Amino acid sequence: MRDIESEAVTGEGKSINYADMLLLRFGEFMLKGKNRSRFEKTVLRHVKEIVKPYPNVELTKEFGRIYVQLNGEPAVELVEGLKNVFGIASISPVKVSPSELEGILSVSRHFLNIIAPVPGTTFKVKARRVWKGFPHGSLEMNNLVATPLLQGYPGLIVDVKSPQLEMKVEIRKEHTYIFCENIAGIGGFPLGTNGKAMLLLSGGIDSPVAGWSSMRRGLEVECVHFYSFPYTSELARQKVVDLTRVLSRYAGGIKLHLVPFTEVQTAFTGIGQDNLIITLMRRAMLRIATQLAEREGALAIVTGDSLGQVASQTLPSLNVIGRATVLPLLRPLVMMDKNDIIELSKKIGTYDLSILPYEDCCTLFVPKSPTTNPNLRIVDKIEATLPGYSELLAAAVQATETVRITPYGNELPKDVVNVQAGLQEEWF
Amino acid sequence: MLYWDYAAATPPYEEVVQTMEQIMKLHYANPSSLHRAGVEAGKLIRRSREVCAAALAVKPEELLFTSGATESNNLAIKGAALQYEGRGRHIVTTEMEHPSVYESCLQLQKRGWEISFIKPERTGIVDPDRVAAAVRRDTVLVSVMHVNNEVGTIQPLREIGNLIKSLNSRVLFHVDGVQGYGKLSVSLKEWKADLYSLSPHKIRGPRGVGLLYVKEGVMLSPLLTGGSHEDGLRAGTENVPAIVAAAKAVRMSGEQREAFADRLTPLRDRLLHFLRGIPEFLLNSNEDGAPHIVHFSYPGMKGEVMARKLEELGMAVSTQSACSSLLAEPSRVLLSMSRDVSAASGGIRISLGDIHTEADVTALEQAIMTAVQALKIVEGGMK
Repeated sequence: MRDIESEAVTGEGKSINYADMLLLRFGEFMLKGKNRSRFEKTVLRHVKEIVKPYPNVELTKEFGRIYVQLNGEPAVELVEGLKNVFGIASISPVKVSPSELEGILSVSRHFLNIIAPVPGTTFKVKARRVWKGFPHGSLEMNNLVATPLLQGYPGLIVDVKSPQLEMKVEIRKEHTYIFCENIAGIGGFPLGTNGKAMLLLSGGIDSPVAGWSSMRRGLEVECVHFYSFPYTSELARQKVVDLTRVLSRYAGGIKLHLVPFTEVQTAFTGIGQDNLIITLMRRAMLRIATQLAEREGALAIVTGDSLGQVASQTLPSLNVIGRATVLPLLRPLVMMDKNDIIELSKKIGTYDLSILPYEDCCTLFVPKSPTTNPNLRIVDKIEATLPGYSELLAAAVQATETVRITPYGNELPKDVVNVQAGLQEEWF
Repeated sequence: MLYWDYAAATPPYEEVVQTMEQIMKLHYANPSSLHRAGVEAGKLIRRSREVCAAALAVKPEELLFTSGATESNNLAIKGAALQYEGRGRHIVTTEMEHPSVYESCLQLQKRGWEISFIKPERTGIVDPDRVAAAVRRDTVLVSVMHVNNEVGTIQPLREIGNLIKSLNSRVLFHVDGVQGYGKLSVSLKEWKADLYSLSPHKIRGPRGVGLLYVKEGVMLSPLLTGGSHEDGLRAGTENVPAIVAAAKAVRMSGEQREAFADRLTPLRDRLLHFLRGIPEFLLNSNEDGAPHIVHFSYPGMKGEVMARKLEELGMAVSTQSACSSLLAEPSRVLLSMSRDVSAASGGIRISLGDIHTEADVTALEQAIMTAVQALKIVEGGMK
């Protein structure tokens, strides 16, 4: 079995427009023996989803790699999309040459002109003769290709151990693949290969990032959003739908559960324990999410908690709140700085939506001084004595509406203002 | 009466009229209102922005709706000037811009800004090198139109954009695109344009609405304040029916651009050929220009006299541009192209639309013939 390709990720993508094929390499999951073929199939399915709008693209899978033949489709757009496929470690733009010496030399020369390495760049050629019928061996080819290149580019310095620029020449029977650059992919595990979890999606900056981080680790997520009409607006729900739609670009489609939370929330306001309201609300959300998880067969709950960020995210709060569920609570952002979270949210495209100024159900009913150190005993007692508490939770689960959101679809919950109701496409 | 003034205003598409009517009836709510009717109206604006953005290959958030291209041009120039005053107080534009650009620049000039007005060649085309030579380190903005509204010449925007950006990467490039869209291909990326104005009523859309493209990252100081409409760049309750209908016109005329050019180019060429055969006339446009504008001068004969005579013969044409034709002065555009005062006072613009046929052109040619013969008799006495 061939080694996993362990190549340093280099290259600014200068050769993208020259390429007529893209080489995608799988990431770390390749190490996992038994599951490999399942993982690879998942990546291939995700890649197929991405290339769907480009009818001329042809895909071929090989050990550890997927080849994307462009056949004239735009490479730059495809690289942008494929970079986001979980499980892909890197992408190389490949120029295909006929398997004969003259052709290989001319393509490699042209390739180098496009990369235009600055004088002083260290360089090597690594040829691999897959097709043994080719008259020159791998080592011989290294010399045959490198010599004229070095003559044309006197600034290059040969370094066979750790070159900055490595030109790969793979000679096969039908074609020879020539490539130089590795563009970093997103890495991680293929979509959904590590099971399913429920994501508490508020509409803020953190929770979409937590969702994306979980998906990158191979989790399938279903989003759960709590809304409190009339205390929160239609726009707040629309925003959550839009955020889910952005996340669905990384997954092909995501289920969104919209939980009516007004009754539960207002039940907490009359008990004279204002500083505990947030604690009680968060626990109620976890209980509802747990019931939904059981229904949907999910094995964990993902939250955007980041240690110490707000009163409900101090360690004592996390402790008291977390006890409301028996499921594992996954907090991908728990040790991250806010600035890093913001950077990530910009990168994945949720930031601009997240900062839209609509109240969500957590920003309402916020007491003047929410506790940072709730007392578990008191919280337990309040919940135990709250009349009809479990019925309220069950009713919320019962009334939850589930919508499947796709990247380019127009799905909306029933009672969110329907685009079609007010808007007729023939007007535009 | 045959209408030959499409560069001034166009009859709206039937679909545009229908859209306007239906939306005026159904969606009168204010898009800024919180209630459902307001939210629905807001969605119409959002969708309109997406449709226009797709037609121009830009991002929806890079487009804003104004009251017309005059406002778009004013906002682009004065808004950029106010915003970027710290970089300098110098603007480069041409002598043949539309009054809404030209006079915005004059207004700034009165307030101490330095404006370099570039003179076009005799052909009516601006030499990119002359524009570039005027760009300095303190130049805030360069504004050049796509197609001249009087004579129909096409400016080399790609060359100009690339040249000025290579000299001063911070300089903003504004393009008045009013007469080009729907007739010629538009490529804001290739032109390196930062600002681009569009007028729906020139492309069979409604009046009272305009578009301004503002490239991501470019800031403008608003001219109208009083609300957070249009991302805070342009206060005022959105004109929902006109905006939706504008999106429709932008989409339709964009889709029909090639067909439009294919149909009108032979008619225009035929007119040019005909006009060249009349010794009294001096042609100001040629086959290299936009497919819908033909312009000639009758030196010694005031343009308005020729226009009135043609109207008597059933042909509606324009002198100068509609925005300046009420002034009985020689055309600034023709003077900039080194025409003398008599030629610059005798300009006639014929602008074509997609309804015109070969038979219409024949009728126009006959009318022009008749008009020249009738006016020639008095020509000498007019001077």
